Amino acid sequence: MNRFAELLDRLTYEPRRNNKLRLITGYFREVSDPDRGYALAALTGALSFKHAKAGLIRDLIASRTDPVLFELSYDYVGDLSETVALMWPKAQDIVHNNPPPPTLTEVVTTLRTLGKAELPAQLTRWLDELDETGRWALLKLVTGAMRIGVSARLAKTAAAALGDKDPHDVELIWPGLASPYGELFAWLEGRAEKPVNRDPAPFRPVMLAHAIEDSDFANLDASDFVAEWKWDGIRIQAISGKGDDDRIVTRLYSRTGEDITGSFPDLTPSLRLPGAIDGELLVLREGRVQSFNVLQQRLNRKSVTPKLMKEYPIHLRAYDLLSDGETDLRELPFEQRRTKLERFITELDDDRIDLSDQIPFATWDALTAARADPVSAGAGEDADAVEGVMLKRRDSAYLPGRPKGQWWKWKRDPHIIDAVLMYAQRGHGKRSSYYSDYTFGVWTAGESGDQLVPVGKAYFGFTDEELLQIDRFVRRNTTEKFGPVRHVTHEPDKGLVLEVAFEGLARSPRHKSGVAMRFPRISRLRWDKPPREADRLETLERMLKAETTIAPPEPATP
Amino acid sequence: MRPQNILIPVPAGLRCKPGGFHIDPVRPVERAVITHGHSDHARPGHGHVLATQETLDMMRLRYGDNFAGSTQAIAYGETVKLGDVTVSCHPAGHVLGSAQMAVTCKDICIVASGDYKDAHDPTCTPFEVVPCDVFITEATFGLPVFRHGNAADEVKKLLASVALFPERAHLVGAYSLGKAQRVIKLIREAGYDAPIYLHGAMEKITHYYQSRGIDLGELRPVKGVKKADLAGTITLAPPSATSDVWTRRFPDPVTAFASGWMRVRARARQRGVELPLVISDHADWDGLCATIGATGAGEIWVTHGQEDALVHWCQSKGLTARPLALVGYGDEEEEETLPPGESAEA
Repeated sequence: MNRFAELLDRLTYEPRRNNKLRLITGYFREVSDPDRGYALAALTGALSFKHAKAGLIRDLIASRTDPVLFELSYDYVGDLSETVALMWPKAQDIVHNNPPPPTLTEVVTTLRTLGKAELPAQLTRWLDELDETGRWALLKLVTGAMRIGVSARLAKTAAAALGDKDPHDVELIWPGLASPYGELFAWLEGRAEKPVNRDPAPFRPVMLAHAIEDSDFANLDASDFVAEWKWDGIRIQAISGKGDDDRIVTRLYSRTGEDITGSFPDLTPSLRLPGAIDGELLVLREGRVQSFNVLQQRLNRKSVTPKLMKEYPIHLRAYDLLSDGETDLRELPFEQRRTKLERFITELDDDRIDLSDQIPFATWDALTAARADPVSAGAGEDADAVEGVMLKRRDSAYLPGRPKGQWWKWKRDPHIIDAVLMYAQRGHGKRSSYYSDYTFGVWTAGESGDQLVPVGKAYFGFTDEELLQIDRFVRRNTTEKFGPVRHVTHEPDKGLVLEVAFEGLARSPRHKSGVAMRFPRISRLRWDKPPREADRLETLERMLKAETTIAPPEPATP
Repeated sequence: MRPQNILIPVPAGLRCKPGGFHIDPVRPVERAVITHGHSDHARPGHGHVLATQETLDMMRLRYGDNFAGSTQAIAYGETVKLGDVTVSCHPAGHVLGSAQMAVTCKDICIVASGDYKDAHDPTCTPFEVVPCDVFITEATFGLPVFRHGNAADEVKKLLASVALFPERAHLVGAYSLGKAQRVIKLIREAGYDAPIYLHGAMEKITHYYQSRGIDLGELRPVKGVKKADLAGTITLAPPSATSDVWTRRFPDPVTAFASGWMRVRARARQRGVELPLVISDHADWDGLCATIGATGAGEIWVTHGQEDALVHWCQSKGLTARPLALVGYGDEEEEETLPPGESAEA
């Protein structure tokens, strides 16, 4: 447990992906089975216990410590698990006969079988046996709130690196594996054959598109391509297969292969026919596609209530078919797969699943016109949810990764505003000496004339050279410092104007300005522009009105 | 006589009226008794200073030869008479030369402990319990969440990281008086014998430690070393430098910080620390409680830090306790700023 705790501890402080990978791979190399397998399960979210609630943890600490000291400590630390881990006083009577701290395997296997009534006493024993970091990790594990910035995909990639394997290969066999993953590690260490995925509904590595540049069109022949709308939802694979007992097994995967089936119980019954659909997950209300902001209410939910399913009806818009029954279609040209997809969707005949329409065009000019005006080019009332167009070579096989020249994405032009830099914060890792996170604002009428109100934060979009320039500007124009944050001069005639590009806007009661931007980034530095000429909040409010006007409620737990 | 008649907090610091002096005064006074060399306790401009030889030397290094009108050195175990009181000096285990000052007047003994720790530190004389009637304790880490553990284990963490990331430089933020030398010594004790690099602001005080017979192995100034040559090395720097433009001379640095504050994640994250090392020169909660008990004092005065919790604890143990409203002392790590220009050049 202590070695696992040490890993979690390092991971929480490590901002960079590659270093996280090395830490995890290093752990897998050092630690033997089955501990490392349970660690992999914990990191991929494959472990779930009848979670100990915060109330139980509070009761435990109350039985051991002075309530005043606990409150003062909790107030200072701010996190319950951490406060308890740090201030837990070891029982006096075990000092002379210290039992060894539990292994991760012991913790996981014990928790799996333990009754609710026995949990407090067992947790108390472990808390006595572990050190601060061990207790913290234990409490994170049992309460199910890891939040250490590691995705399941990252953990699997780290496992793959142990045997120099392609993470896709791990992803492919993953659904057939179970913790503590002895078979997997045996294969990764070259001690056994690759485990066979017996899962009837396995994930397929996803084919991705390149962003197209204006200059690319000169070398592309319009007749080689078909076009579809690029929908502003999330890409998923919806897979049904026949299990051993001939029953249909259905799974939904994110584009990185994470199993998200549990979040969409309202979609799975619609996938009655064996096959693998590649498509976009959307929310449809009365047949109309809702904005991404609306869809977001359905994402990353632990529990899916009937109310949520009713208010945010989920929908699958299909654009590719990777297998039809038992037949793998991925080698076929796209056009042939499309024909099979059309037949498949017709046969399914389900309201929750439809085809992504193709956009008729003969020349690039015609497609340019369609992209500029999706309403009249076929997207109709759903045009607001169109993010751009997708171009797919008629003869493209379905290849994993981002093969050159096969699929292109051509996004709509982003929204652009000029905003004023207000605050700057130091970045992390490589950027820890640079002010690289920027809060920017626009003008609005205040009590004493115009004032700037913050409308967003951006930390990318600029070049390395521009980062140096902004960093220099921030250091020379700081008016106040609050910890890692600098307050930067922002007056009508003095300050830095940033051209900010973003994909969409939503109302947000959490922001002072009342609006939240989607995917904001710095597109240009406007050294030439005095701050007084930056945009006004009214401009954003007009854009907001022009967007889909259904305001999503804020999620209860973000 | 009541203890308050012997020592009383005033704006200049802790005043001893019958002895005619102040302890660790924050403003210039005629006679000062100084517990240790950290700049919030040892300030320049007093008429006369009584302190250990090491503390006097450190003040001279920092403020120049004219840091005080006159000075008098006192050794551990030595007693001097000042006015109507006697002052004796005892090791505080905080940094080199740090002392507790025991002030006795008639039959009452008050110990002003300054900053102290009861943990292992190979760079200074170990803390000594001084039985007394009134014990004045600091409370920098006066919450039960602060338990510092074994500093040697934290150094192992650092060395494991150096082994894991041999192409990166490791930058350890550590207060330049005391903490830095202790960390270097602990690194040596852990068996690391490659050269250790120093930020310019640390050189003077570190060389002073070496001149007092503390073996710190081979130390090199980091200034002028090529970026590529710093891969796989360890550099000690003042905490504020580790997030400064100064760090751009290092290849992909791992930022470590040696401090008792690193026990709390939010504190470490806020500073952008990637490798927190829980190494403190102050007593942790258990150390504070154990020391208070060991002195046998019936009355406890609590200064700088988390006074509330420690006063509450003392009272729950039946001791008379009160917070001592002294201003001007802080956590030296939070305070340490570099002289202008030094950060970019050193």
